[in-house]
Amino acid sequence: MKSFNRRSAVTMAAAALLLAGCGGGSGGAGADGGASSGGKVTVEWWSIHNIEPMLGVWKGLVKEYEAQHPNVTIKMNAMNVENFKSKLTTVTQSGKAPHLFHTWGGGVLAQQVEAGLVKDLTADIAPWSGTLSPVALQSYQVDGKTYGVPHDIGMVGFWYNKKLFAKAGIDAPPATWTEFLDDVKKLKAAGIAPIALAGKAKWPGHYYWAYLAMRVAGLDALKQAAETKSFENPDFVTAGRKLKELVDLQPFQQGFLGADYDKPDGQAAAIGNGKAAMELMGQWAPSVQRDTSTDLGEDLGFFPFPAVEGGKGTATDAFGGGGGIAVGADAPPEAVDFLRFISQPDNHRKGVKTGAIFPAVKGTEDAVTDRHAKLVTESLSKATGYQLYLDQAYPPAVGQQVNDSVAELIAGSKTPEQVVADITTAAKSE
Amino acid sequence: MRPETLAADERPAQAEPRRARPASGGDPAGRRRGRRRALVTITLFLLPALVLFVLLVLVPILLAGYASVFKWNGFGGLPTDFVGLDNFTRMFEDPVFLGDLWRGLVLIVLSLAVQLPLALGLALLLNRPMRGRAFYRLLFFAPYVLSEVITAVLFTMFFSPERGLANEMLSMVGLEELSSTWLSDPSSVMYSVFIVMTWKYFGFHMILYLAGRQGIPTELIEAAQLDGASGWKVFRHVTLPLLGPTIRISAFLSVIGAIQLFDLVWVLTEGGPIHASETMAITMFTFGFGRYQVGYASAISVVMFLISLVFALGYQRFVLRRDTEGAITGMRDQR
Repeated sequence: MKSFNRRSAVTMAAAALLLAGCGGGSGGAGADGGASSGGKVTVEWWSIHNIEPMLGVWKGLVKEYEAQHPNVTIKMNAMNVENFKSKLTTVTQSGKAPHLFHTWGGGVLAQQVEAGLVKDLTADIAPWSGTLSPVALQSYQVDGKTYGVPHDIGMVGFWYNKKLFAKAGIDAPPATWTEFLDDVKKLKAAGIAPIALAGKAKWPGHYYWAYLAMRVAGLDALKQAAETKSFENPDFVTAGRKLKELVDLQPFQQGFLGADYDKPDGQAAAIGNGKAAMELMGQWAPSVQRDTSTDLGEDLGFFPFPAVEGGKGTATDAFGGGGGIAVGADAPPEAVDFLRFISQPDNHRKGVKTGAIFPAVKGTEDAVTDRHAKLVTESLSKATGYQLYLDQAYPPAVGQQVNDSVAELIAGSKTPEQVVADITTAAKSE
Repeated sequence: MRPETLAADERPAQAEPRRARPASGGDPAGRRRGRRRALVTITLFLLPALVLFVLLVLVPILLAGYASVFKWNGFGGLPTDFVGLDNFTRMFEDPVFLGDLWRGLVLIVLSLAVQLPLALGLALLLNRPMRGRAFYRLLFFAPYVLSEVITAVLFTMFFSPERGLANEMLSMVGLEELSSTWLSDPSSVMYSVFIVMTWKYFGFHMILYLAGRQGIPTELIEAAQLDGASGWKVFRHVTLPLLGPTIRISAFLSVIGAIQLFDLVWVLTEGGPIHASETMAITMFTFGFGRYQVGYASAISVVMFLISLVFALGYQRFVLRRDTEGAITGMRDQR
């Protein structure tokens, strides 16, 4: 009996601890700061750069800033993207947001703005927002107001293996969709899988539909569709048909429907290992190839998405995204000041130099040293228009529907017309 | 457990009340005081568990129920856009959710028809005296000890179309035509997932059956054998009926597990390709955390909860009744 008592006492103590833990956890969202300048201020920052090199760069900048402002402590909480997303979702449900948090802009940011979680930075950053790249900044603007400060901007394009292209007898990257389809046929004829695609991840597939929609229907049509909540535009159906033309050539690697993007037998590794000739991917593609397989080095080339004959879009319009930082609604002014600090050209260069982020501040392009990074920066500098990833630009429900529907189109279970209808249904339900 | 030890276990339980009675039974006031004290003790002991249960189980269930009648993206404070039962009607018009129900049913049927008999067979096999018996038991139980995520990562490599062991092994024994893209093919992905599930969980059911089998007194089997029953007859008329309670519990756990299946499939396929391996839990997750339609996701979780609850209660009421009867009537006797 005695030992029983003791055990239950321990249980009770453990329960009490657990309860205390719960209480602490829910209060720990960090939004209860807001003590303004003068006294001690702690700024909580949720970042997605949990690995080197960026983790080190940010830590260095935090230290520097803290040295200049002894009353400010910046608590950096770096986690991987999936963790970050689910943690932020949970915290924002309680109506609070961290002082500083990573954002990709677009539809998610707009929803957070609507819920009153994000600070309007327009006036606060006006003195120095002119130094930011306008293309980069536009993803963080909602109804003409700015809600985030970019620190990274890139674009999606075709990364290709020059050797495999040469082996198939292709001497120059394709400039039009017809040429592109011809090259795919040539590669197939040479026994090379033309394209690597991560079907399991879905988002890489949506790049094809998005770019085709941009080329066929134009940037304005995509913007208008979001506003009118209707994608019932014949041009979007045409875009789907063009993608169907490609899919019908069976250009993807074996088992692509179950392939991951960044796993040892995923999309990136298929390129790195020379198993497939090209992939449509963002600026980070070379580094992921390196991490999962080998670095193709000199053999890896980059060409922008080809033009579509008779399309309404400009062939130099770019598609992609980057990263930025948003400020929680009740964050102290020091949070915004820290953003000013990291956006100073010299501090931004430190990150750009690592090759992990791309210039989002004017005049820092000179810090790009990596061969592959230069290809992207060059192409981006010629961009006449810019479209954020559709699964980011639109409200999440619409963006995910785009990913799902395009995946179904690629798998052959939906027609181009159904894709447009499904996306419209999702948009209307928002 | 042998019958002698079983009886020895029961004896003190029956003896206890008899011995306790003379101590407090004499004067009624003392008994009342005693009872009150016991009540306080019980409440005190129950309190932590009760508080935790309410906070971590009941409150979330109620909140999910509340959120399920709203259109809510989960941002900022409480939901405000009341939509009644729209989320539920939408769910039962969504081919993906209806597909989830169908796929759940397929998994349950496959589990009951393949996985459990397999586990039972192995348990009976491993109950016989043989060399290396402990080793085999350990070996078959090992997959259950691995976490779901590790299992899934292991099997994504195993099923890799390019260099997976599955296709390698098939070609080694000359069965190339059976090689497949496993997880990448919408028509075969469910069976691949089921193979992984079976690999992961059969050991657990095997241990249950093994324990159940060892609870059957050898005398009964010997008696049957003396009466001339063949091996099959002994199994059919002695072992199987006496394993009944274990089988019923194991089937119950298997069904509930299939209804709630998430992590294994999420890491293996994320529900794809084209929703072909999606489960209810995965649909809920993608709507809640991918599309930020927390109201709709809550509605899905409510339906999942109701399905589990109805099944659990129905199963308790109609299938497990015989097994729980003893315990309940036993308690009544003591009172």
